[in-house]
Amino acid sequence: MLKIENLHASVEDKAILRGINLEVKAGEVHAIMGPNGSGKSTLASVIAGKEEYEVTEGSIFLNDEDIDELAAEERAHKGIFLSFQYPIEIPGVSVTNFIKTAINANRKAKGLDDMPAKDMLKLIREKSELLEIDRKFLSRSLNEGFSGGEKKRNEIFQMAMLEPKLAILDETDSGLDIDALRIVANGVNKLKSKDNAVIVITHYQRLLDYIVPDFVHVLYNGRIVKSGGKELAHELEEKGYDWIKEEVNA
Amino acid sequence: MSNKYTEDDLREELKTKEYEYGFYTDIASDTFPIGLNEDIVRAISLKKEEPEWMTEWRLEAFRAWEKMIEPEWANVHYAKPDFQAISYYSAPNSKPKYDSLDEVDPELLATFAKLGISIDEQKKLSNVAMDVVVDSVSVATTFKKTLGEKGIIFCSISEALREHPELVRKYIGTVVPQKDNFYAALNSAVFSDGSFCYIPKGVRCPMELSTYFRINQAGTGQFERTLVIADEGSYVSYLEGCTAPSRDENQLHAAVVELIAMDDAEIKYSTVQNWYPGNAEGKGGVFNFVTKRGLCEKNAKISWTQVETGSAVTWKYPSCVLKGDNSVGEFYSIAVTNNYQQADTGTKMIHLGKNTKSTIISKGISAGKSQNSYRGLVKISPNADNARNFSQCDSLLMGNECGAHTFPYIEVKNKTAKIEHEATTSKIGEDQIFYCNQRGIDTEKAIALIVNGFSKEVLNKLPMEFAVEAQKLLEISLEGSVG
Ligand SMILES: Nc1ncnc2c1ncn2[C@@H]1O[C@H](COP(=O)(O)OP(=O)(O)O)[C@@H](O)[C@H]1O
Ligand SMILES: [Mg+2]
Repeated sequence: MLKIENLHASVEDKAILRGINLEVKAGEVHAIMGPNGSGKSTLASVIAGKEEYEVTEGSIFLNDEDIDELAAEERAHKGIFLSFQYPIEIPGVSVTNFIKTAINANRKAKGLDDMPAKDMLKLIREKSELLEIDRKFLSRSLNEGFSGGEKKRNEIFQMAMLEPKLAILDETDSGLDIDALRIVANGVNKLKSKDNAVIVITHYQRLLDYIVPDFVHVLYNGRIVKSGGKELAHELEEKGYDWIKEEVNA
Repeated sequence: MSNKYTEDDLREELKTKEYEYGFYTDIASDTFPIGLNEDIVRAISLKKEEPEWMTEWRLEAFRAWEKMIEPEWANVHYAKPDFQAISYYSAPNSKPKYDSLDEVDPELLATFAKLGISIDEQKKLSNVAMDVVVDSVSVATTFKKTLGEKGIIFCSISEALREHPELVRKYIGTVVPQKDNFYAALNSAVFSDGSFCYIPKGVRCPMELSTYFRINQAGTGQFERTLVIADEGSYVSYLEGCTAPSRDENQLHAAVVELIAMDDAEIKYSTVQNWYPGNAEGKGGVFNFVTKRGLCEKNAKISWTQVETGSAVTWKYPSCVLKGDNSVGEFYSIAVTNNYQQADTGTKMIHLGKNTKSTIISKGISAGKSQNSYRGLVKISPNADNARNFSQCDSLLMGNECGAHTFPYIEVKNKTAKIEHEATTSKIGEDQIFYCNQRGIDTEKAIALIVNGFSKEVLNKLPMEFAVEAQKLLEISLEGSVG
């Protein structure tokens, strides 16, 4: 599904990613952990195609296609979804209008007509029930005045609507109480199948109790410095990151 | 990501895109020689077979105009038109009255088709009666019969001068006097045509009344005159939409609109203005100097809603004189400027009566190298006890080369007044665009979405079918303006 080879990326001539190698196969769940500022969100943004970041070396392949030249929306059309660490406000645009526009833009890219209103409503109802989202919430301006938890739940709602091939969740668990965490994890688990993959970026073991990873990677200083199974997450939870830093710097 | 199609490429590509509605219909017309003097004013009046009092009224306006100077206080800069280089009358050669659309000049119908306006469809689907003004003279009037049954008069102002001279004489110039300002005086002297509407007492007009204006003759100014009278307890919603063909030299447009809402009456006046804005280098485009004003008697209400996307220079302040107690004035505006467009627009709310209320919602969107100014006056006179005003002026900037300005003037002569003013300025952020892109929405569509969200409070005030057209116009106007 996703293959990243020796990826280097910088912003304003400052190198942030410094040689990332990662392979994610269909059906897998990968967790990326690591201290603040290590480059996790940058990696997510670069995969999603944010232009601000310049890829200076290396490649990203999606299903064996080099996606370097693709614009962010084209990557989205190919099934990449990013749940933002800090979702953006768009005043005056309702959650419903936004997701409707997104769905139809993706359909258009596939040569399909707009989704009939009836089907759209049905889909929205189904997915909002899955994520226990109140109907009134759907007519609010996108992310405007949302609590941290509402923002994250809305991201997962959009993910559920768009049914991506590769979902990247950037600290989706932060700001969620335990109930919301369970609901969100449930939404992600519903999406999981042998045909798609999930990358979970998190600080905490907590979320990984619900979305169980096949692999755990530690990102530090722009590189993946350690990889392992789900037990690595437990170890990090217990011991923190200092021992990793020491290992790397030794 | 080096070979990527960037926003800059997009901007370049769209710059060369011709004005969407830039085409020119060749209808043989009968045009006056250029220049303006008393003889021309008399000739216009004669041509239109007007009564003598009207000729005198025009001459009075002309004499006043001669002594006036073009105002310079607005935040716009342009080469002043040479008023002696303009032809003040242009009309299709023959002025037949059509019973059916089949008789209308096919080229005109083709023009409408290009604009995506099918009169037939409009008639059937949206219940809209249209008085079509092409080059200043009405060539098609529809739905007149239905309206007639309710006693509603909806016709060209020339026709009103022939058929209902007493109504015109009673009301014309009562809200915008001949000498009100330079452009209003000019319009009063030379107006060629426009619309007239009268709603009798207690009648609710059953459909939206709509007029499509077009400037269609090189070098001719357009001076429409509109007069809408809503008698006691009546209601009317009036739509005015404009598009203009792409022309190289600047075209002058100086309209006057007068609204009269008598006791307990309500008038909603909605405009979508899309005159040719000039090209990407700032060449050409319409000069739009409009005087629009409404008078509210007791318990009356006037709402102005405008979506201004066109014209090279716009000078326009739809206003309400809240004369009657408990009367209400509203102004909802979206003004978009792109490339080298300049807009100085806003409103005046003049509170004279007690318990009068006004609301101003202005949304300015600037892109390219354009300048967008809101200018508003809220005036509370000594007798206007408990007057209230709420004003909100929001500006949205795209790129770093455009400007947004707000000039709110407040004059309060009564201590019981309550006035609130809010203003915000924001920019379309790259983060917002990336967020949309990530969801599969391309940049062009993302901007349209963000702009529509920003403008929503005003778009919501437009009648449905007009709102759709207005949204389309916003998108077209901002194409290639990614900053
Ligand atoms: N747009 C940017 N401009 C400047 N520096 C940035 C930008 N984005 C990220 N960085 C820097 O890159 C580093 C990695 O940031 P980030 O990817 O957000 O880390 P993480 O998500 O692991 O906390 C930090 O030092 C951050 O300050
Ligand atoms: Mg982060």
